[in-house]
Amino acid sequence: MDITRQTGGKLALSKPGKRKRIKGDGWLPYLLIAPTVLLIAGILIFPIFRVFDLSVQSYDFTRLQEAGYIGLENFRHIFTEDDLFYTTLVTTLKWVFSEVALQLVFGLIVALLLNQSFRLRGLVRSLVLVPWAVSGVLTTMLWSLMFNQHIGIINDILMKLGIIDEAIAWLANPSTVFGSVVFAELWRGIPFFAITLLAALQTIPHEVYESCEVDGAGPLKKLFHITLPYLKESIIFATLLRAIWEFNSIDMIFTMTNGGPMDMTTTLPIYMMKTSILEGNYGYGSALGVVTFLFLMLFVILYLRLNRGGMQDE
Amino acid sequence: MNKTTGRKIGSRLLFYIPLALTLIFVLVPFLWAISTSLKKETDIMSSTIQYLPSPLTFENYINVWNDNNFSQYFLNSVLVSILSVIVITLLSVMNGYAMSRFKFKGKSAFMLILLATQMMPVILFVIPLFLIFKNLGLINTPYSLVLFYIVLQVPFNTILMRGFIASTPKEIDEAAMVDGAGRFRIIFAIIAPIVLPGIVATSAFAFIGVWNEFLVAFSFITTPDRFTIPIGLKFMIGEFSVQYASLAAGSIIGLIPPVLLFMYIQRYLVEGLGGAVKG
Repeated sequence: MDITRQTGGKLALSKPGKRKRIKGDGWLPYLLIAPTVLLIAGILIFPIFRVFDLSVQSYDFTRLQEAGYIGLENFRHIFTEDDLFYTTLVTTLKWVFSEVALQLVFGLIVALLLNQSFRLRGLVRSLVLVPWAVSGVLTTMLWSLMFNQHIGIINDILMKLGIIDEAIAWLANPSTVFGSVVFAELWRGIPFFAITLLAALQTIPHEVYESCEVDGAGPLKKLFHITLPYLKESIIFATLLRAIWEFNSIDMIFTMTNGGPMDMTTTLPIYMMKTSILEGNYGYGSALGVVTFLFLMLFVILYLRLNRGGMQDE
Repeated sequence: MNKTTGRKIGSRLLFYIPLALTLIFVLVPFLWAISTSLKKETDIMSSTIQYLPSPLTFENYINVWNDNNFSQYFLNSVLVSILSVIVITLLSVMNGYAMSRFKFKGKSAFMLILLATQMMPVILFVIPLFLIFKNLGLINTPYSLVLFYIVLQVPFNTILMRGFIASTPKEIDEAAMVDGAGRFRIIFAIIAPIVLPGIVATSAFAFIGVWNEFLVAFSFITTPDRFTIPIGLKFMIGEFSVQYASLAAGSIIGLIPPVLLFMYIQRYLVEGLGGAVKG
């Protein structure tokens, strides 16, 4: 029979479960993942080594005559002389923390709302989640229009409601700029949490709620005793990914404020990009990168430790 | 009786008011941008704010498309996105098949690497890759972007794809093998058509990610005729006298492809993520 030919005659001896194996399957999975592994090695792993290598060099495009290995000089400079590094670090932490905390809370609320059954749910879902598909720069565009001192509707509405007396230059005013950017980023970030949590909500079996209702539990009790425990893994997964993502994200802040006014909205990645790509100081930029990398790895490890088992399924 | 209906109305209000506020928060920026894009530039700058365009005009769309190189940015974005998505989809299907059908040494290490790529700061790779690509002559070409986007998008798409393929019965493969089909034929001619909705969803997901990418494109592309839409818009915003109406029109054009795709895949995405989260 055909099967016997394909399996090299071993069929009769093998267990039924192994029937699907044909000759060559041994290396087939490796063949299938090989291109991806090679690309990851070339585009991600090799450059990481290059960053470490560059970080101990003086490699400034504007002062190439000084190029060469300088040991830990870049790091010494970062930690002892670079005030901007500390400022940007604090800004980054503020940014990541406020974004992730607010997105988690509001994302959960939106997911719970969208999980109810109501008329036009499909349409409302699409509409509410759609900012997820809108890029940072486009989000910037929309919100810059809204925040604009002269033509924006935020000032207009607040003035008509009598909350403020005169138009505020939201993005140029040092006391409002950070909050404004955080607010705009929420617009695009909440849907990510909402989608992930909505996906997880749909995997909770109905019977659990029903039996809980029989016991006379109210909505709050159901939220804290069923929904949140069920969502725990998804929350950990989404929060971790989002924290890294918000840490990385520069498009919103950079296009909205260019890091200003007075570096007030410069985060570490923006500082790195300005130092290396825009100013051509690749050595120092890489040293900043290494510090960031170690810092982030520490965060990831700590986070996974604190939530031990949270990622087990993957 | 009155008490219970009162409570019912109360709980309905507790549902509809937050929902309405959410909708307002989400939709107002879109509506404001659309309204702005349909106004005359002079009306925008006038001292009283017009909520609706009057007179209504489409000239901003025509202007931005013709005058600001925007059509070139649009084509560049299309080219980069399509090239990337084809490779991303192909690799994700191959990886997804390998992950869902075989037990092999290094499988969990591979999964770990895929997850680890999601936790690395992108800016870290941008600096060395800029130098490497510069030596290879890839800076200011679409290929520098395509290569990087593939690596950024394949891991998550693989995780989604694995879920979709795992939900098809293995008996299909076995039956096809009995008929003499090789593994590659099984993957691309039998399994792929079955999980087509999943493939459409993951490719659309990848498309949205690539279409919107900013940092890498901003770093690797410096010649204006190679700009993608996000970079083009960034420079339109950066200019001294901002033409808000053209900018709004450009933004609306730029967000049409991802928003339409998202509307289409939203349901699959929620299902696929549910599967991925469950493992």
